[in-house]
Amino acid sequence: MATGPEAARAATGPEVDLGPLGIDGGGHLLIAHALARLPVGSPLTVLGGGPHLPVHLRAWARERGHRVEGNVVIGGDADHRRLAGARRAGATGDVAERAPAAWGLAARGAIVEPGAPPLVGADLDRREEVWTELAPKLYAQAAAGQWDPATAVDWTPPELADEVEVAVVQVMTYLIENEQAALAVPARFIGRIHPHYREVVQFLTTQLADEARHVEVFTRRGRLGGRPFGVSGAGGRASLLTLLDEPEWPTASFLLSVLGEGTFLSLLSFLERHAPDPVTARIAHLALQDEARHVAFAMAHLSEHLRSDPALRYRLAAAVRRRHDALLDTAGLSDHVHDALAILAAGEWSHEAIGRGWTLVGSLQEEMNEARGRRLVRLGFSEHEANELSALHTRNFM
Amino acid sequence: MTGPLLMGAVAYDPKVVTIWDGFRRWFDDQDLAFDYVLYSHYERQVEDLVAGRIDAAWNSPLAWVRTRRMAPAARAAAMRDTDRDLTSVLVVRADSTLEGPADLRRRVVATGAVDSPQGTLLPLGLLEGVDVAVRRFEVGVGLHGDHIGGERDAARALAAGEVDAACMLDANHLLFSRDGTLPAGRTRVIAQTPPFDHCNMSVVGEHPLLERFVALLLAMDYADPVARPLMDLEGLTRWLPGRESGYGALEAAVGRTGFYDERGVVTADGYRP
Repeated sequence: MATGPEAARAATGPEVDLGPLGIDGGGHLLIAHALARLPVGSPLTVLGGGPHLPVHLRAWARERGHRVEGNVVIGGDADHRRLAGARRAGATGDVAERAPAAWGLAARGAIVEPGAPPLVGADLDRREEVWTELAPKLYAQAAAGQWDPATAVDWTPPELADEVEVAVVQVMTYLIENEQAALAVPARFIGRIHPHYREVVQFLTTQLADEARHVEVFTRRGRLGGRPFGVSGAGGRASLLTLLDEPEWPTASFLLSVLGEGTFLSLLSFLERHAPDPVTARIAHLALQDEARHVAFAMAHLSEHLRSDPALRYRLAAAVRRRHDALLDTAGLSDHVHDALAILAAGEWSHEAIGRGWTLVGSLQEEMNEARGRRLVRLGFSEHEANELSALHTRNFM
Repeated sequence: MTGPLLMGAVAYDPKVVTIWDGFRRWFDDQDLAFDYVLYSHYERQVEDLVAGRIDAAWNSPLAWVRTRRMAPAARAAAMRDTDRDLTSVLVVRADSTLEGPADLRRRVVATGAVDSPQGTLLPLGLLEGVDVAVRRFEVGVGLHGDHIGGERDAARALAAGEVDAACMLDANHLLFSRDGTLPAGRTRVIAQTPPFDHCNMSVVGEHPLLERFVALLLAMDYADPVARPLMDLEGLTRWLPGRESGYGALEAAVGRTGFYDERGVVTADGYRP
C-alpha cells in the first residue's frame, strides 16, 4: 500500500500533505516534487505544513513563478523554461566524438542548462585526440596501484662500498630530473583536455602523482647514505627541456611516454635486476610498475588516434627528427651517468665487477633500442622507419 | 536624431551593475538603443524622471507613489511577476502571549528603515490605532527597503528579546527562518497585510522607443539562456504589464505618515536619503 506524503493523491486528486514540515524546514521539496509530476497550470492543494504555511507558501511560490490561491498552488512553467533547449552532455556510458565548450565542467551525461560561459582553454576536445577505450581500466588500475613511499619501502640504509654508493647517488640525481620532466609534461596538458574525457584526465592525474612519488623515493635513496647529490649534466637537462617545449599533445605524449618512459622501462628493470642494495631494487621495481601503465596508456591512445588519423604518424616522426636536430650539439647522456650505471651494476669496486657492469650497460642500451623499435612497429611504423627513429631518440634515454 | 532610451535604476547592491549591463547588451542585441544611469537613492531618480532627464525609472513602490504625486500622468509600464501580491507580516516570539496587533499596546515593535514599504510603512498599518513604540532599524535609508539589512536587524532584535514584535516581508520571514536569523519554530505570525504590489517600470513622458522597450521586456523569455541569468539576478521569471491597482495600501500609508505631501514633496520627519 502506498504511504507517505503523496499517498492521498490517488484517492483525492492533486494534493500534497506536508505533514509537520514547514516550507522553512524542507516542505517545499514535497511541493516541487508533486508539481513536477503535474502539467503546467495544474492546481495542487497543499495540506499540513505548520502554522506559517499561509505566509511561506505565497512567498516561496511567487519567487518560483507559481501562483497561489489560498492553499492551492498553480504550477508555473519557469522550471520547464529554465531547461528549454538543454541537452545532455553526451551519454553517461559513452564518450562523444567532440565535446563542445558549452558543456563546460558538466558531468558526462548531465543535462546542461544553457547560459553559462563556455569552457575556455580545453582545446583537446576531440575523442580521437585523447581518448582510448583502455582509459577507464588503466585509471582504475592506477588508482588501485598507488603506494605509500613510507611503507612500501624498507628504508634501512645499505652498507655499500663508497665508490658504489657514489654511483647510486649519481644515478638517483639523474633519475630525479627525468621524473621532474615526466611530471611537468602531462601537467601542461591536463587543463587542456576537455573534462568530458574524464578518465583520461583522471589517469593523467595519477600519472602526476606517480611521478611525484618517484621524485620522492629517488630523492630519499639519494640521501640515504648521507652523500651529496651528483652532477646534473647540461646535455641531459637540455634534452629534457625539449620535452617541455613540445606544444602538441600527441607528439608530447609520444616523445615522453612511448619513447622516453618506454626506454625507462628498460632502465628501471636494469636497476631492479642489478641494484647493489635492496632499497634501490625496491624503488626501481615500484617505479617500473607505474611507468609501465604510463607507456600502456600512451600506446593505447596514440594507436587509436593513428587509426582515425594515419597522417599523425608523419607528425610523430617529424617530432623525433626535430628533437634530434635540436640536440645535435649536446652531449646526451653524460659520462657521469653512464659510468655510474656501470659501477652500480658492478656492485663492488673490483676489476672483474667493473668489467661486468660495463658490459651490462652496453647490453642495456641495445635492449632499449630494440624495445623502442618494437613499440614503434606496434604503432604502425615500418621496421625500417622504426629502426631509424629509435636510433634518433635522445641518448639521454628519456 | 533620437537618443537611446535612458532608464534610471538605484544602485542598492553591486549586482545592479551586472543586471543592467547585461540587459543593456540584451537590448542592444535586439537593436534597441538603451542605456541606464544609476542613482544612489530613489528620491533623485524620481525627480529626474519627472523632470524628463530620464525616460523610464525602475522604481520601488514608494518611488512610484511619489512619481504619481509629482506627475499624475505617470504610468506603470511593466513589472516583474514577483512584484505582484506580496504581503508583510507582524511577527512575535512563539512563546509570547501576544495574539494580535491590539495586544502590542505599549509594546515595542521593530521595523526596517523609515522608507521601507514592506518593512515599515505597510506593516505599521496593521497597528493603526494601537499605541506602540516603534524601533526603526535604519539600514540603507533612501533605498526604500531594497536593502534587507533593516528587516534583518529587526528580526535579530526580536530573536534577542529586545523588542516584542518585528515587521518584515513574507519572503524575508521565510528567508530568516531558513538561515537561522530567526530560530526555527520560535516565532509566530500574528498579522499579515493584504497583498500589495512592489516595483514597477515607471514612465512619465513619451519616447519613440518606449513602446518597443516595454514590448521587449514583456517578450523576454526565461528560456533564453542569455536573459535567464539576468532574470535570476533580478528575481523574476517573466515581465508582466504594469499594474497600478496594487499600491492603494501604500498610498494610504504615505498619507497617514505624511511621508510625502500631495505633490510629492518629501515631508517625512528626519528622512535624509
